[in-house]
Amino acid sequence: MDKSKTFDLSKTGLTRRTALKGLAAGAGLAVAPGFVRYSQAQSSAPIKIGFQSHRTGIGAAYGRWYEKTTAAAIKAINDAGGINGRPVEVIIEDDGTDPGRGAEVVGKFATQHKTDIVFGTLFSHVVIGSAPAAGEAKMPYFVVSEGHHVASTKLNRYVFQPGITDVKSQIQAMAPWIAANAGKKVTQIFPDFAFGYDHRDYLPPALKAQGAEVIAQIAIPPTESSFTKYFPQIPAETEVIYHVMVGPAVLTFVKELGEFYGSNRPQLFGFIDSLEATDINSPGLEFLDGSHFWEGSPRYAQPDDSAAQKAYRAAVGIDDNGAAVGDPKDVSTAAHMFGCWETLYVVKKAMEDAGYKGPEDRAKLVEATEALTEFAEGPEHPQGPKTFNGKIHQCFGIQNISKVEGGRLNVVHKTKIEDGLYEPEGDYTTQSL
Amino acid sequence: MHFGPHLLLAALEGFVTSAVLALTALGLSLVFGVMRVVNVAHGEFFMLGAVLAWAISTAISGHPALGFLAALVLAPLIVGAIALVAERLVLRRLNYNPEATIVATIGMLYIIQQLALTFYGPEARPVEPPFSYRILLPWFGYSGYKLSIIAASAFLLLATWFVLTRTKIGLVMRATQYDSETAQAFGIPVDRVYAGVFALGAMLAAVAAVLIVPISQAHYLMGQDPLLLSFIVVIIGGLGSLRGTLVAAVLIGLSDGIISVFFSPTLAKIIATLLVAMVLVFRPQGLFGTASR
Repeated sequence: MDKSKTFDLSKTGLTRRTALKGLAAGAGLAVAPGFVRYSQAQSSAPIKIGFQSHRTGIGAAYGRWYEKTTAAAIKAINDAGGINGRPVEVIIEDDGTDPGRGAEVVGKFATQHKTDIVFGTLFSHVVIGSAPAAGEAKMPYFVVSEGHHVASTKLNRYVFQPGITDVKSQIQAMAPWIAANAGKKVTQIFPDFAFGYDHRDYLPPALKAQGAEVIAQIAIPPTESSFTKYFPQIPAETEVIYHVMVGPAVLTFVKELGEFYGSNRPQLFGFIDSLEATDINSPGLEFLDGSHFWEGSPRYAQPDDSAAQKAYRAAVGIDDNGAAVGDPKDVSTAAHMFGCWETLYVVKKAMEDAGYKGPEDRAKLVEATEALTEFAEGPEHPQGPKTFNGKIHQCFGIQNISKVEGGRLNVVHKTKIEDGLYEPEGDYTTQSL
Repeated sequence: MHFGPHLLLAALEGFVTSAVLALTALGLSLVFGVMRVVNVAHGEFFMLGAVLAWAISTAISGHPALGFLAALVLAPLIVGAIALVAERLVLRRLNYNPEATIVATIGMLYIIQQLALTFYGPEARPVEPPFSYRILLPWFGYSGYKLSIIAASAFLLLATWFVLTRTKIGLVMRATQYDSETAQAFGIPVDRVYAGVFALGAMLAAVAAVLIVPISQAHYLMGQDPLLLSFIVVIIGGLGSLRGTLVAAVLIGLSDGIISVFFSPTLAKIIATLLVAMVLVFRPQGLFGTASR
């Protein structure tokens, strides 16, 4: 072996002279006027929000649109003077839609980036995996996940979901409509992980209260790529298929459902998750015409859209079909991503209420968030009005049921906030900070 | 659903899985048989095939069949060329040392996957099938395209079999597989045979991916399952045995289809893996493999 190619530390290492030079330069920089002025003026330093983004992995489509919505909201907040007069800066770390990496990312925000809060997670298994790390670091963790795990009070006092209603509430609010309009015998298809289990656990009692019943439950792994093999488990007497799928293969799922049934299908009630970021006019989806979907916020512009909703859509950059302006094929995750926008405004309100100055005020921020009770519909909450329960860290808003008609989704029913309220299962405020 | 149609659906699903699996596993088996290289990056060549199919079919406008046919021809060729480069740059320099090549192909797996993530992105993107005909059975509908996958795969397998057993190239490959030193002594350019076989193995994976992508979408992580299943098939069938690979692919595909439909896909995977363990314990050379000399 050629010896000259081996790495010899003694030859390439620092000499004492260069080390001294470096030290001197560093010291010079520290006493330079610009440097001092910046470090003293802490009140004008930006508020740092760590964004735990699903940039890769099975949640990538959501991650991309969550980033777009967040960027739009931050721009709006900064243009209006920031939070407590300070600009807001977002630092993005990819969690790979993986719970293990999610926890690492929270740790990285706490120790390396020293962000003020962590924000933005969608997938429920990542939230559940990351929450202990947030609690340990005493890092306020604002998720936009839809799962019931925050409201179940099984996480910890630092985890909040103030921007999107949880699944248990959504289901409870929509069950009467499903039982009255779609059918009484329901077969459920859901992803085989935490988010799916919320549907598995809360739909049967909600339907039972309405005189309907769940006759079969089919769990499908979110990484599955072929679905036909699951469909024979759907009982023949099924009147409604209640479907909610996530992951990269959602389009395949719906297509194969269409191949299996054709036009001779039971009623379909789906969470738009099954087609989020996917064009409902894709070839093979014609059979969806006349079926119904839950939407948190409508993908297609509706005739009765408020001025706030219109302004929000323009700021995020989606057209009337819910696709990116200029690229009709780039369909957004409109039903969920509004939660990022609204959550950031809740953070702004809570930070202002708390007189938040820096990481030492995180406990004050938690208490100020818990003290919030309602969010009025408007530019800060374009999806609609919400109430907030500080004991379970969860907000409650209206839900939309939309019908596929003529290649678009038209809202046919809006639930009321009261429809989705339930008895709290616990109280985070009794936990120590 | 009644038992008869239920079984029919299970069998159809099973045959589609078998068809794709047979092609993919054959590539893995060839590479191992001739070169004694365990190619851990095989699933990534599969993924590359699907991603390229998306790129090619979206670049070509007009009827979806045009783009698909172009992808069917071009994607495997491009993947083959990439494999050829990888073989020249990496495997040859390691002298095809079995341990070193495993580690090297693990590295290739990550490099290819991350490059796909960088340049193609994390989204799953659909490729339109060349035709969308729905076969209407009395009990359920089935995609006509899925059935055509079985036919296409059978044709490609026959073609591979023909090349291996009836042509001079096949003879040279088999000679190299049987005893590479003697083959070299008889003037066979073993070095070039290795390169060709590695490229061919990758092309088989790529063509399988092009066939499957209209029903499953291209995604940068899609190479993991085919890799695992190919290993299962190759171990059960016997490393390096064409017939064994085919039989094992049909066995695993059908059992996967039938067990998934009647019970659960998880159980199907458990049973397949258990079968591998049993084969390794009681017949380490595989069902059709010959004991190493």
